[in-house]
Amino acid sequence: MIELENITKVYRMGKVEVYALNGVSLSIKPGEMLAIVGASGSGKSTLLHVIGCLDRPTSGRYLFDGVDVSRLSDNKLAEMRNKKFGFVFQEFNLLSRATALSNVELPLIYGGGRHKHQKAMEALERVGLGPRAKHKPTELSGGEQQRVAIARALVNNPALILADEPTGNLDSVSAAEIISIFRQLNRDGITVIIVTHEVDIAAQAQRIIRLHDGEILSR
Amino acid sequence: MKFIESLAIAIRSIFANKLRSSLTMLGIIIGVGAVITLMSVGRGAEAAITSTFEQLGTNLLTVVSSSPGVGGMMGFQYGTMTPNLILDDAKALEGVPSVVAVAPINENIVEVTAGGESKVSIIHGASPAYQKVYNYFVASGQFFSDKNVASRDSVVVLGSGVAEDLFGSDEAVGQTVKIKGKRFTVVGVFEPKGGAIMGISLDDVVVTPITTFQTKLFTQRTARGEDAVQSIALQVASAEAIDEVTGEIETILRRQHRLSADEKNDFAVISMEQMLGMLQQVTGIFTIVLGAIASISLLVGGIGIMNIMLVSVTERTREIGIRKAVGAKRRDILIQFLLEAAMLSLVGGGIGIVGGGVLSFLISQVEIGGITIHSVVSPDIVILAVSVSVFIGLASGMYPAMRAARLNPIDALRYG
Repeated sequence: MIELENITKVYRMGKVEVYALNGVSLSIKPGEMLAIVGASGSGKSTLLHVIGCLDRPTSGRYLFDGVDVSRLSDNKLAEMRNKKFGFVFQEFNLLSRATALSNVELPLIYGGGRHKHQKAMEALERVGLGPRAKHKPTELSGGEQQRVAIARALVNNPALILADEPTGNLDSVSAAEIISIFRQLNRDGITVIIVTHEVDIAAQAQRIIRLHDGEILSR
Repeated sequence: MKFIESLAIAIRSIFANKLRSSLTMLGIIIGVGAVITLMSVGRGAEAAITSTFEQLGTNLLTVVSSSPGVGGMMGFQYGTMTPNLILDDAKALEGVPSVVAVAPINENIVEVTAGGESKVSIIHGASPAYQKVYNYFVASGQFFSDKNVASRDSVVVLGSGVAEDLFGSDEAVGQTVKIKGKRFTVVGVFEPKGGAIMGISLDDVVVTPITTFQTKLFTQRTARGEDAVQSIALQVASAEAIDEVTGEIETILRRQHRLSADEKNDFAVISMEQMLGMLQQVTGIFTIVLGAIASISLLVGGIGIMNIMLVSVTERTREIGIRKAVGAKRRDILIQFLLEAAMLSLVGGGIGIVGGGVLSFLISQVEIGGITIHSVVSPDIVILAVSVSVFIGLASGMYPAMRAARLNPIDALRYG
């Protein structure tokens, strides 16, 4: 499903060039549950952003379902993010003024299509938050907010869910809940990639990629 | 994304920051309000002047002295040159066909006193034809006669405003007034006419026989030593005859002044239409200047919108990142912010129109310098103000919106 070939990502800090990713090659098959681990600054988040088309690699080839993503326009990338990917972030990244339901509807608004309320409600029910649909993020616990974010990631039936330290801001009970949701989604056939630095969370994945200074150590 | 959804997002974000939105709108409200008020007052002033002239009758011709070569309107300046019209010139013009009435007019400003009261007025020295020429008749008493003119009697006819100021509700006819220390008997009072030219009410006029004016009040002589006439006013039977009459007047006066064929006219014939045109030009410039000043405040309002939108983009960088992460395209973000700016300016413009309309209505209720300006908020002013405010909204929202749309999703998400 995903083929990365010799991907680099270079940031310029003044005159110094920093290689966040330095020649990463990786292949991900549909239905996998993958963990990317590494120390902070190892480039694991950058790798996730490149895979999720939130960021463009500086060089290298990225094929998604055989399509060369690096050649796509910004609009096409936006469509990919909308239809193919679902993101879950450490900081939840919900719109604070909108209700849980409106937050989940957001991808549907940009993606078009009908029955937005119904689809958003179904996604919320899938993560067990049906009764809290009308609450705003500030009225929800951290674990609940992250479940709203997962519902938002799910609502367009993506092929791939990308989670960047999804349990980083959560207590251990909520973290366990979130991970079990990811496992359930993976059993339902969705490919899941989780970036984490917590060993026990990575241990739940089928495969672990270790990054160090922008390079893959083992696979 | 559908337009209606973008609109909903824009409205929600305007209401989320009520104070900030209303302060931003205030700039546009004041700008549009000022444009509407000043433009409509300007138009009203123009209309007031036009109607005053129409009261005087558009078939009025005025002959004034003019230096040869300085023709046309430039000759229309009393006292700056030696006059060269005399009473005989006025008499000679009486025979012209299609001329209803001819009156020589001398003019000056005097203080008229009676008892303890005094009033600064325009004094006209004229002949009894004054009434017909200006369509201005006495309401009580009578106008002075040709006999009064011939014998240089010290008699005056007062404008209704002067009579009221000096004598209140008492009967003015038969009373005595003092002008330049000389006593004059009031023989008549004009009907109230209303209207004003250049802030001087037509009812503040005092008329005396021209011979009296020339000998007892303001003596002015032509180069040949005759008593001078500043201007000659003629009422023409119809507007169509004006060109013909103008030609006739020139022929007669050239003969009167013994001008040879190669000499230029030493007088100018001015029609009411020319004077009206000149005044309308002045008020037109006035309106444009006022409009320009008001436009500056509109521009400042637009800059206010741009400022707020830029702040808003910075403040909502993370929101933009979230929207982009879930699939918002550049265009979606651009439209969202543009709509927000357009809404702010449109709503502000709407309130400004209402406010400006109310203000110009209030101005219509006040009398200034003897005239009431009936300011009219005409559709073209409204259309102008609305389109300018929407244009400003879009123009000032464009840059912030483009900045928002161009943000890289991951940079936007990491912000803050």
